[in-house]
Amino acid sequence: MERERIVTDVLIIGGGTAGCYAALTIAKESPGTKVVIAEKANIIRSGCLAAGVNALNAYITPGQTAQDYVDYAKRDAAGIAREDLLLSMAEGVNRVTEHLEQLGLVILKDEYGAYAARGKRNIKINGENIKPLLAEAVKKQKNVTVINHVNITDYLLADGGIAGAVGFHVDERKAYVFLADAVLCATGGAAGLYRPNNPGFSRHKMWYPPFNTGAGYAMGIRAGAEMTTFEMRFIALRCKDTIAPTGTIAQGVGARQINAKGEVYETKYGITTSERVYGTAAENLAGRGPCYLHTEGISESQSEDLLKAYLNMAPSQTLKWIESGRLPHEQDVEIEGTEPYIVGGHTASGYWVDTDRRTTLPGLYAAGDVAGGCPQKYVTGALVEGELAAQAILADLGAAGSPLRRADEKRRRLREERIATETERYLGEYEAHLSSGGSPAMFTAEQLEEAMQKVMDNYAGGISTHYRYNERQLHIADDKILMLQKMTEKLHADDMDELLHVYELKERLLVCRVVIAHLAARKETRWHAFAENTDYPGQSDEWLKYVNSVYRDGKVKIRFRELTDTGKQERAEVYGG
Amino acid sequence: MSIFISREACVGCRRCVEACPGNLIKLDADGKAYIRHPKDCWGCTSCVKECGREAISFFLGADMGGRGSRLTTHKEGDFRYWKITDAAGLEQTIVVNQKDANRY
Repeated sequence: MERERIVTDVLIIGGGTAGCYAALTIAKESPGTKVVIAEKANIIRSGCLAAGVNALNAYITPGQTAQDYVDYAKRDAAGIAREDLLLSMAEGVNRVTEHLEQLGLVILKDEYGAYAARGKRNIKINGENIKPLLAEAVKKQKNVTVINHVNITDYLLADGGIAGAVGFHVDERKAYVFLADAVLCATGGAAGLYRPNNPGFSRHKMWYPPFNTGAGYAMGIRAGAEMTTFEMRFIALRCKDTIAPTGTIAQGVGARQINAKGEVYETKYGITTSERVYGTAAENLAGRGPCYLHTEGISESQSEDLLKAYLNMAPSQTLKWIESGRLPHEQDVEIEGTEPYIVGGHTASGYWVDTDRRTTLPGLYAAGDVAGGCPQKYVTGALVEGELAAQAILADLGAAGSPLRRADEKRRRLREERIATETERYLGEYEAHLSSGGSPAMFTAEQLEEAMQKVMDNYAGGISTHYRYNERQLHIADDKILMLQKMTEKLHADDMDELLHVYELKERLLVCRVVIAHLAARKETRWHAFAENTDYPGQSDEWLKYVNSVYRDGKVKIRFRELTDTGKQERAEVYGG
Repeated sequence: MSIFISREACVGCRRCVEACPGNLIKLDADGKAYIRHPKDCWGCTSCVKECGREAISFFLGADMGGRGSRLTTHKEGDFRYWKITDAAGLEQTIVVNQKDANRY
């Protein structure tokens, strides 16, 4: 396999929301620092913003404070969220919003020229082109090189920290070796772990990008980074079939959640994010489904506005209304809960980071959906995290005698040797899957993926069990996922596209194991639906703590952390050791 | 739910290949775009928007209530035109001013 070696100051893995903004921040604050973005697709439309967004969900509207946002997010997470992370994020969301407007984002204004608010924390935009705007800004930066269509699979560990990463081109038979003084992980979260709402032809019509396969989590888990709160799964309440957003309807035209009998049920179960999903699942379970957003009777002009609003972010919903022959004012919109996802931008699963977004591995930083402890960040929060991580990187690289620069000649040589060994190992794995000596095509990555989704659905609280699970089931899930992991070793790939699918499956399986271990470790039901443990159906103050984990010797080792912990001492331990 | 690429209209410019966030679209031996994994489409319509020839249309799978309508789009200045053609060939167009923010 051909290989290319790229040396840079900073490597950003993933050119989505957080990754692009980190690059822009470094370009602005330190134009002499070389940045490389390694992106699996092409930054023009990659990541969560591909289809567009219709509102910025994290904005501090007049009369509100950053602390109000922190309090809201913490309440919604039933206490399991890092205040330090939430505050530093909330303090930056208005700043990055103004920057987005300068880049060309259309934001709705009121009669006085201020941003028009949607509720306490949202503002309305035309976000159809939000990702191209960000991508264009990145492409203009002279010190930033974007390498599209490269799938990163592993970090390179050397000299007690992260020294780069390896990956391969998704079409050409070519491997990439990146050497960097600092690495920012901004790959996003993980979709496709559980059997989806539409398991057949439309299997990828899901809430979260199906191309976010948990690569960043898996790389960190394998490298021994501490992870947090994987048991706080995210389940979205969405329009049936199209999995389009419901907030635009609920908040836009004030539609209430009703059951098949026409009863408003949303007030019965509570209004946190998880309670809204739980209520819908509970109504279905009680035989009162399907559930709807009550739009029948809204005005025709509201109906038309909804058609346009959805074209800007979820065109399938507009198409569905038109195909059915009945527009939103003529029929209620059926809703359902999605399959669970692992995503640090809505819930709090991800890398355990310090206040500045340093992970527990020296030289490695995390921002956006892959970073844990900081739920409800959405687009603007991900941008802020990209900014904060970039600033931490610049501070660490610029510090006198920075360990990241590795100036010492002897250490530099040792590091090179270690990197060479690691590189050969990972590239050897690629070759093994591609070589014709692989197993006969009895099992494919697609087949094993279906098996994984079935296991997670049946035994780890998927849609089919109304998100509920118990310890016995989790045990079964872990055994079966472990077996599937072993089966992936022999998967054969005919070309790079198939190799990509093999690696995406491996990533997902490893993330599944950590999810299962975390679900089993939290012996309570802290959040309905998100983590519904039928062995422990209640909430307990004893569990007001973080469930963290470190992967070592093929096992997920759980460790608990106090709510006051800010990730600082972890770093000291790693450096000291 | 997926996309349909017209071989007749495709000029092989690769814009859709670049735009797809899932690396799903490839060029065939004749230099025409095709979707290698139709079931893996997320439905983001990035390719539909990037295509300058309206060669790519978006449709709902039957499992999502699709009845054969197709969605295409093009942009003129600040206006984006979304055209929906149903199975009988009846067309309807929705125009969205990109300078207008969503009111909801």
